[in-house]
Amino acid sequence: MKRFSLLFQELDRSTATLDKVAALKRYYADASPADAAWATYFLAGGKPRQVVKTAELRVLAREVAQIPEWLFEEAYQAVGDLAETIALVLPTHSDAGSLSLAERVRERVLADQVPAEDCANRDTLSPTLPPGGREQQVRIDAGLAEWIEQRLLPLKSLDETERAKLIRSYWNELDTTGRFLLTKLIGGGFRVGVSKLLVQRSLAEHAGVDPKRIAERMMGFTDGTRSPTANEFLRIIRAENSSTTNANSESENGASIDASREPNEALSEPTEVNGQPYPFFLAHQIPFALAAFDEKLGPPSDWIVEWKYDGIRAQIVKRSDRVFIWSRGEELMTDRFPEIVEQANALPNGMVLDGEILVWKEGAAQPAPFALLQQRIGRKTLTKKVLADAPVVFMAYDVLENEQRDLRQFVQRERRVILEKLLSQFATKYLLSPNIAGQAWQDLETLRSESRVRGVEGFMLKHRDAAYGTGRTKADGTWWKWKIDPMTIDCVLIYAQAGHGRRASLYTDYTFAVWSRAPRDAAEAQQVIDNIADGKPVPEGAMTDVLQLVPFAKAYSGLTDEEFKRVDAIIRKNTINKFGPVRSVKPSLVFELGFEGINESTRHKSGIAVRFPRMLRIRDDKPIHEANSLSDLRSMLLGENIA
Amino acid sequence: MTTTDLIVLRAEGLYCAAGDFFIDPWRPVSRAVITHAHADHARSGHSRYLAHVKSEGILRTRIGADIALQTLEYGESISINNVNVSLHPAGHVLGSAQVRVENEGRVWVASGDYKVAPDATCVPFEPVRCDTFITESTFGLPVYRWRDDAEVFAEINTWWAENRDANRPTMLACYSFGKAQRILSGLDSSIGPVIVHGAVDPLNRAYRAAGVALPETKLVSEVTDKADINRALVLCPPSASASTWANRFKNASVGFASGWMQLRGRRRMGGYDRGFVLSDHADWPGLQSAIKATHASRVIVTHGYEAVMTRWLTEQGLEAGSFKTEYGDDAKESTHDAS
Ligand SMILES: [Zn+2]
Ligand SMILES: [Zn+2]
Repeated sequence: MKRFSLLFQELDRSTATLDKVAALKRYYADASPADAAWATYFLAGGKPRQVVKTAELRVLAREVAQIPEWLFEEAYQAVGDLAETIALVLPTHSDAGSLSLAERVRERVLADQVPAEDCANRDTLSPTLPPGGREQQVRIDAGLAEWIEQRLLPLKSLDETERAKLIRSYWNELDTTGRFLLTKLIGGGFRVGVSKLLVQRSLAEHAGVDPKRIAERMMGFTDGTRSPTANEFLRIIRAENSSTTNANSESENGASIDASREPNEALSEPTEVNGQPYPFFLAHQIPFALAAFDEKLGPPSDWIVEWKYDGIRAQIVKRSDRVFIWSRGEELMTDRFPEIVEQANALPNGMVLDGEILVWKEGAAQPAPFALLQQRIGRKTLTKKVLADAPVVFMAYDVLENEQRDLRQFVQRERRVILEKLLSQFATKYLLSPNIAGQAWQDLETLRSESRVRGVEGFMLKHRDAAYGTGRTKADGTWWKWKIDPMTIDCVLIYAQAGHGRRASLYTDYTFAVWSRAPRDAAEAQQVIDNIADGKPVPEGAMTDVLQLVPFAKAYSGLTDEEFKRVDAIIRKNTINKFGPVRSVKPSLVFELGFEGINESTRHKSGIAVRFPRMLRIRDDKPIHEANSLSDLRSMLLGENIA
Repeated sequence: MTTTDLIVLRAEGLYCAAGDFFIDPWRPVSRAVITHAHADHARSGHSRYLAHVKSEGILRTRIGADIALQTLEYGESISINNVNVSLHPAGHVLGSAQVRVENEGRVWVASGDYKVAPDATCVPFEPVRCDTFITESTFGLPVYRWRDDAEVFAEINTWWAENRDANRPTMLACYSFGKAQRILSGLDSSIGPVIVHGAVDPLNRAYRAAGVALPETKLVSEVTDKADINRALVLCPPSASASTWANRFKNASVGFASGWMQLRGRRRMGGYDRGFVLSDHADWPGLQSAIKATHASRVIVTHGYEAVMTRWLTEQGLEAGSFKTEYGDDAKESTHDAS
């Protein structure tokens, strides 16, 4: 753990990429393959299931630190990070030093002033060290893998008392950074400022292997349902066989994909290698306006234009009669979608498709809103009812492997032809993402305005002559997202909460409300605001009758630091009440909120849930009574534009 | 309590009516008792000053050579309008003192800034028994727990040696008065030369004049061998580390030594390469043990996190309150001299 802890500190404090790579390489040179496997897993974004609930950790930390809940919360507010707060409030071994020093000083100075029995009276104001604190000075440093596999993962199956006992002893064994990391790892919130790409680059330099090859071998490595192993790590950094040249050139002569990509794959478990997906090619937001399309993109005929679906991006891998479904986050989701697995039966082996998983009800003209898919993902067991309520389809838009050949260097239009052939040749229920034709960009723009009604998010533009790239690189061509503008609504700030990290000292997380119905006039709205400020309850009656502000969204991004500072000051001045970290605020600010989607929701008082809400601007020009109402939101549900 | 409080808060600062004097006032008064020579405690414009004898040099340099200053040794007491006043070590910086005020059988102590951790450059904190203790609370949250300074010095020395081996200067930003000298006392000067900024130098001289042993230091203008720059540890105030003055130390690794470096967010926000947690204020356990050691039944909290500390002490069974400073609720966010 000490070595990983040092690596974390080095990564955390450096901002220069070169320093980070150097630190990673030093770590890889020192660490055992088992430890390096776990370190790579975490640094590349792997998140194991939460081992212990954070609420449990909080309570335990308070007990060990002997501080009341309110004081812990004050500390959390100041620090802005839960694991760090826990790590810092726990008594340290030097506390004993400073306490005993104070004792010593006191004994010396007070000897002539204070009766002796008072000196013997230990501090009751300060928490004492946990038992065994001093004896633990000689610590045995277990490696990261041992920490995770032998100590942390087993915590999950213990009862709370046993678990508490062990966590206490672990905390006691570690220094502050170690405690912080441990708490992050068991609470499931580990994050450090390195990208997966940077980890891959460091591994590549460490092992002397092409970074692209490392990226391929790492596909699926951070899948949260399984644990990384030393063998897998060794497979990732294994030297490239000199007889193995580029996979694409071999694919021309029909060499087996498995043989060409991974000559020594017999070393590791076959299921892991066989099921591997390819690194996803990710799209970019188009950075220029319609008027510039001709100049920047050329004519639409250079592009394959498809709808941008609002589902879950996935690769379907079929090899050796087995099907694997991978998310863009490289999570294996095969079990979540039995329909898609079954429909893959008709397809040949040695095939990988790229596309979107959507909920699409039989006979419906368009896919169901994303919220339905999200609900299904949230279900622990897939009952018949769930399957019937939210049936999924796979909308294929690319083919990355066919007849065991890697097709990624084939250009888009060639891959498209293969994809179309594949789907028509084999009787599958997979859908083919249609190509949208348009003479001019303006024609496509007209079509794009139908996106919302069609249940899609706009267009995807893929150059006909571009290969399938890796991640966000643009070297192999670019996929552009040409999304519809967000929906917007003018709403009122009613609650605020402090941000985290850099913004821990500012109120930056806001809850917004709309009027339950349009106010008759400014005076009626003002009456409601005064009632809120005076703490008067809302009168009985239906929301459509009794005017009130109904919360419907939370947002914490979109403003500049300057704007946040300004809003923060207004919040502090207009605070009505504090509930823990939350302040209720006298309504005085109108915001324009943008969001990507809107759905009915039984869990929210407003009956509505919006997706990806963010603040577009502060509407100082807008009087509060002119903020939008619930019925405006409802009309958006129906796809109408209120602007 | 039948009589009025011995020390109260006035617009000018802490005021003892019985003796008609102020402690660390922030507006000009006729008689000021100064706990220590940090700028926010020792201000100009008072008619008469009283301070510890070892504060004299720095007070005269900072405020004016001709101020009307009377000095006391630790433990020595004088009478001001029949109120007994004495100064006691606060362990904060050279000459820092707690002010003990005794009148009609009541004893109040105003702590000024203090720390209980050891510091080779000043006399250690000594708790003084009192009825009411006015305590600072700059780091009055349980997340502030300092490590032994020997560990921090070892970290600084290791960092310095690594930089020297990589042939780059080591620049450590810290407050010029107190922190800089404390760090100097912990440096391993066998690693290389020590260069100090012009703001630090006069304070070093004041410390040496007061009998505190510090390693040899140079101003950058006194460096004759250019190769020394890349082997050196450079001590400077935080403002200088980002100024053009710092440009001559190309590729320097820049660190900051302060209690605030305890928080990851603060470390990352400052943009320093390294943050060292070293404070001249008491940490949470230090505050608790110091308060306990005074045996005071009443505690008045000043100087940051007043509300938290007041509530905590009240829950511990003490009578606790706070003096609001002119900085207001968010004073804890500003850096003040809080190092
Ligand atoms: Zn001070
Ligand atoms: Zn101060």
